[in-house]
Amino acid sequence: MSKIFPKSANKLPLQIILFVFILAGVVTAATTYYATPKYTRVGYAPVQPVPYSHALHVGQLGMDCRYCHSNVEKSGVANLPTAQTCMNCHLHVRPDSPLLAPIRASYESGDPVPWKRVHQLPDYVYFNHSAHVDRGVSCFECHGRIDQMEVVQHAQPLSMSFCLNCHRNPAPQLRPLDQVTNLAWTPAQMPDHAKWAADFVKNNKVIPPTSCTGCHR
Amino acid sequence: MRYAYYVLLFVCVLTVSVMGFRGSRSVKPPLEVFPDMDRQAKYKPQSASVFFADGRADRPLPPGVVARGELRDDSELFRGKNAAGQWINHFPAAVKIDARLMERGRERFTIYCQPCHGAVGDGNGITKQYGMGVTPSYHIDRIVNLTDGEIFNTITNGRNTMLPYGDKLVPEDRWAVVAYVRALQRAQLGTVKDVPPSHKSELGLQ
Repeated sequence: MSKIFPKSANKLPLQIILFVFILAGVVTAATTYYATPKYTRVGYAPVQPVPYSHALHVGQLGMDCRYCHSNVEKSGVANLPTAQTCMNCHLHVRPDSPLLAPIRASYESGDPVPWKRVHQLPDYVYFNHSAHVDRGVSCFECHGRIDQMEVVQHAQPLSMSFCLNCHRNPAPQLRPLDQVTNLAWTPAQMPDHAKWAADFVKNNKVIPPTSCTGCHR
Repeated sequence: MRYAYYVLLFVCVLTVSVMGFRGSRSVKPPLEVFPDMDRQAKYKPQSASVFFADGRADRPLPPGVVARGELRDDSELFRGKNAAGQWINHFPAAVKIDARLMERGRERFTIYCQPCHGAVGDGNGITKQYGMGVTPSYHIDRIVNLTDGEIFNTITNGRNTMLPYGDKLVPEDRWAVVAYVRALQRAQLGTVKDVPPSHKSELGLQ
């Protein structure tokens, strides 16, 4: 009578356990890589109703972020501009461009331009733009080099760990208040940024909350 | 057993080829992996509404309503006119003219005015190269002779081809810009007579 199981079957339970461990490792790695904001959000660049180029308006013409996002220093929300803001110039500059038709329609009717939102935090996060911008945190820290983007693209993960990295140690990300909207500025342009930032944190009471209620209510 | 590893490797390659890498461009809205309370039934600024006929969550004030702190009963401060309805040619009492106001005016001017009016107010802003019509210089007689109240009113309500900037600049900021515009005019139209006698020798004038 021959044996039912070959001798190699003795190793099989061990091999199965090893495979399950490797499989669990691969699944964990894949979830970390694909199911987190670094994958799901970064790179999101929706097609907008008007192909507005920040690279042209900010990078080339040198317009300030606040020309359009005019309430960012006093409001929690960095407002989208009204159609009139566009028409300040586009009444005269390319007044007949077909690309600007949605802007002209909005200017005449008063209905908003259906812009697609790029950066959208979960509703349980209470982020305040003015609290950051008025304390030396640049637009750049969360939005990247908008001034070089033809189409706005989600540049940073904006995950909770992204926020906390800075909230736990804000000094390296701070800059003088008059450079907040200068996206090309780097700390290297300052002779002694570390010392300046330490003083700034002290004098301006930069105490970012790290407790739950700081951002969640 | 070897085949299990082959299948795993195949699944990995398949996943990467379908899902791509982190940071790659996408026009599709981000996937919310745990959407528990990410989107709640509440209105946020500038958001959409299915309830109101115009589809907006932001509601305009009903006619005649005045929000708290928005009464605007100081005619000089908010309209640039005195009680008799004439343009004022001084700054309202509520505006304190100091270095801080001037600095604020310079900053606001750089953001909102400079693109068309140019850094020195000569009407040669960057937009001129792109087809903006004639922007008058601040240094011609007609503009120099405007009263402070009229300049304030132009910022608030616009004039000719310039649209209003009252939505972008609060009244205090508009007065700060008026102060800075006056400073630009002083800087451009200064003459030898403006040099204090004690400094004339430094410039080799006497």
